[in-house]
Amino acid sequence: MPEQRVVDADYLLLEAPRERKFITGAQAMAEAVKRANVDIAIAYPITPQSEVMHLVGDLWAQGYLKDYYRAEEEYGAMSAIAGAVRGGARAFSATSGPGLLRGIEAIASWPGHRIPAVLGVLTRVVNAPLSIQPDNVEIAYLLNCGMVVLHAENQQDVFDFTLASFVISEKVDVYIPVAVCTEGFFVTHAKGYVNMTPEDMKLPPRDPYKAPVPPTDCEIPPARIQRDAPVQKSNFMSYLIHAVWQQEVWSSNIRAMKYIYKYLGGPIEVVNPDAEVFVVASGCAAAQGREAVRYAQMEGLNVGLVKVKSIRPFPEKEIREALSKAKAVIVPEHNIVGWLAREVKAVLPNNDRVIGGPRVYGGMTLPVELIMEKVYDAFGIKKQKKVVV
Amino acid sequence: MGLEYVRISPGFERYMPKDYVDLVKYGQFGRQMDVQQLGQFKELVEEHPMCAGCFMAYFIRVFYAALPNPEDTIVIGTAGCARLALSQAAVPFIYGNYGDTNAVASGLKRALTIRFPDKVKDVVVMAGDGGLIDIGFGMTMHSWFRREKFTTIMVDNEVYGNTGGQESGMSPKGVQLKMAPKGKQFDKINAVELAKVAGCVYVAKLAPTNPKRIAKTIRRAVLAARHFGPTFIHAYTSCNIEYSIPTEKVLEDARKREKQDFGFYEWMTDEVKEYFEELERKPEEVRT
Repeated sequence: MPEQRVVDADYLLLEAPRERKFITGAQAMAEAVKRANVDIAIAYPITPQSEVMHLVGDLWAQGYLKDYYRAEEEYGAMSAIAGAVRGGARAFSATSGPGLLRGIEAIASWPGHRIPAVLGVLTRVVNAPLSIQPDNVEIAYLLNCGMVVLHAENQQDVFDFTLASFVISEKVDVYIPVAVCTEGFFVTHAKGYVNMTPEDMKLPPRDPYKAPVPPTDCEIPPARIQRDAPVQKSNFMSYLIHAVWQQEVWSSNIRAMKYIYKYLGGPIEVVNPDAEVFVVASGCAAAQGREAVRYAQMEGLNVGLVKVKSIRPFPEKEIREALSKAKAVIVPEHNIVGWLAREVKAVLPNNDRVIGGPRVYGGMTLPVELIMEKVYDAFGIKKQKKVVV
Repeated sequence: MGLEYVRISPGFERYMPKDYVDLVKYGQFGRQMDVQQLGQFKELVEEHPMCAGCFMAYFIRVFYAALPNPEDTIVIGTAGCARLALSQAAVPFIYGNYGDTNAVASGLKRALTIRFPDKVKDVVVMAGDGGLIDIGFGMTMHSWFRREKFTTIMVDNEVYGNTGGQESGMSPKGVQLKMAPKGKQFDKINAVELAKVAGCVYVAKLAPTNPKRIAKTIRRAVLAARHFGPTFIHAYTSCNIEYSIPTEKVLEDARKREKQDFGFYEWMTDEVKEYFEELERKPEEVRT
C-alpha cells in the first residue's frame, strides 16, 4: 500500500486533486473507506453488499485498516460497531435489504448512543418472495431512526457521499451515524467514471474526545456514570429523559444540513429550475429522471429535475422553493410504497400536484418511457407515437 | 492511565461530592482489596434497586470488590435484573440492546486494543441466562469462537426475572413458570461445557456461597481473558421472587443447589494453569 499522509478534511474533500477512474459502485465505496482512515470494519455478507465488505477486507489485509472481521450475523455486526465506536474507534460497515432489517434494532439505537459510524446500504428487496435484486423499500425503515440518510445516484456520489459521511458524522454538533444508500447491482456492480482524491492521502484520525458524548475508555471522568439511572427513578422521569434525548438526536440530524451544503453542494440538485413540470427523485431514479428531462427537451417540453441527495435531514425548505411554481411533480421510485412521494407531499402546499409514481420494484429497471407517460399526462398530451430516443 | 481520571485535582476536594471523595480516598482504585474486608472500604457499588434478599445483588457486590483493575475496567450488561445494580457502580457501564453484550464487547475490546496497545483495559460482560444463552446465544458463542479477550459472567437466576417470570433455556426441566404452563420441556442447557467447546480458556461454575472463592474466580477469569482468550463464569444467582425463596432462606437455597448441581467447578487450559501457578506465587504481581 502507498504511504498515506493525513491531510485536513476540508482539503481532502474540497480541494485535493482528483483522478478519474472507471470503477463499480462497490469499488467506489471501498475507495472512500481507503481514504477515510478507518480503524475497524465489521462485516457480514449479504448480496449485493458483499462486494463492498470483501473489498474493505482486502484493504485491511493491505494495512489501510487496523482491524476487520466477519461477525456472526448482522445484529452482531451492528452491535459490535456500537461497541467499537463507543470505545473511540472510527468504524464502518455495510448491509443490504433483509440484512439491514436484521440489524435494525442495533442500528436504530446508534443515534441515541451518539455513535458516529458510517453505514453503507446497498439496497435490495426485503419482502417475500425472495429476490436479490435492487429495490429501495428498506430506506423507508431508516427514515425514523434519527440517522442522517444520503441516497447516491451513481458511483461518483457513492465515493463522495461515503468519504464526506465520516467527516459529517463526527462533527461535534452532529455526532450521529450516516447511512449512504444506493441501489444494489445497478450501482454497486456497474461501472461508472469516478473522480477520486489521491490514494496517498487520508482523513485525520477520529478524535473521540472532541465529542458531545465521550468514549467509554476509562481515560476520562465521570467514573460513576449512572448513579441516578433514569429508568430506575420513575416512569415519568424515564419518559422525560428519553423525550429530551430524542429531541436532541433529531436536532443533531438537522444540524448536519450545513455540512451537507459544505461538502456535498447541498441536499438537492436542481436541473432546469424554470420548468413547469418537475421530476423529483433520489438514487438511481434520479438518473432516469435526468434522462426524462433530456427526452422532454427534445420534444420541446419544459421539464426539470430535483434530485434529492439527503433524505434525512429532509430538505423541506429547498424542495418547497424549487417547486414553488411547478404545475406537476412526478416522483418515480424503486419501491412499491412510495416513501419519497410521501415525503414530498408532506412538505408541499397544494400537494395534489404530486404524482406518486411511476414505481418499479422487485429489482426491475425504471424505463424512462414510464416517466415520460406521467410527463405527457401532466402536460395533457395524448401521445400515440413512441418518444424520440 | 485509569487512576488519573479518578484522582481529584488539588484544591477541588471540598467541592466534590462526598461520595466521590470517599471513593478516591477509601475505595478500590489503585488498591487490591480483600473481599473479607467488605464493609470496611468504600465499595464500587452500594446503592441499587434490586429486590430484598436478591442473591444476584450480593454476587455483584463481591464481583466489584474482586476486580483486579477497576479503574481500567468496563462492564457491559443487557436488559434484566443484573444491570440495575451494574449501572450504578463506579465503573463505566455499557447497556446495549437485549442480548447483544458479547457483540458490543467484541467491538469495544478491539477498539481499546487499537487505541491503547500498551495499556491494559479489561472488559467484562455480566448478563443473565436469557441475555447470554437464549437471545444472545449466537453472539455469546461467536465471541468465544473468535477468541475475543474478555470475560463473560452469566448470573443465572433460571428465569426471566425482570419481565416477570418466564422460563429460560437455563430453567430446570419440569419447572412450571409463566410461558411454561405444563412445566419446562427440556433440560437446563450445559453452558459450561459449551464454553469449553467453544474456546474459552478458563471456565468456572459456582453457587456463590463463599466470597473468597468468588473473588478468586473472578480475578482469575479477568486475568486469563486479558492474556489468553475468552473466559466464562456460570454463577447461580437465584430469583427469590419468581422461585418464592423467602429472603432469609436465600443462602440456604444456594448451599442446597451447591450440593445438588452447582458444586464448584473450575477448568482452564494448561497455558492458563501455568500462568496462575507462576502469578499466584507472587500475589503482589496480580495487579498490572
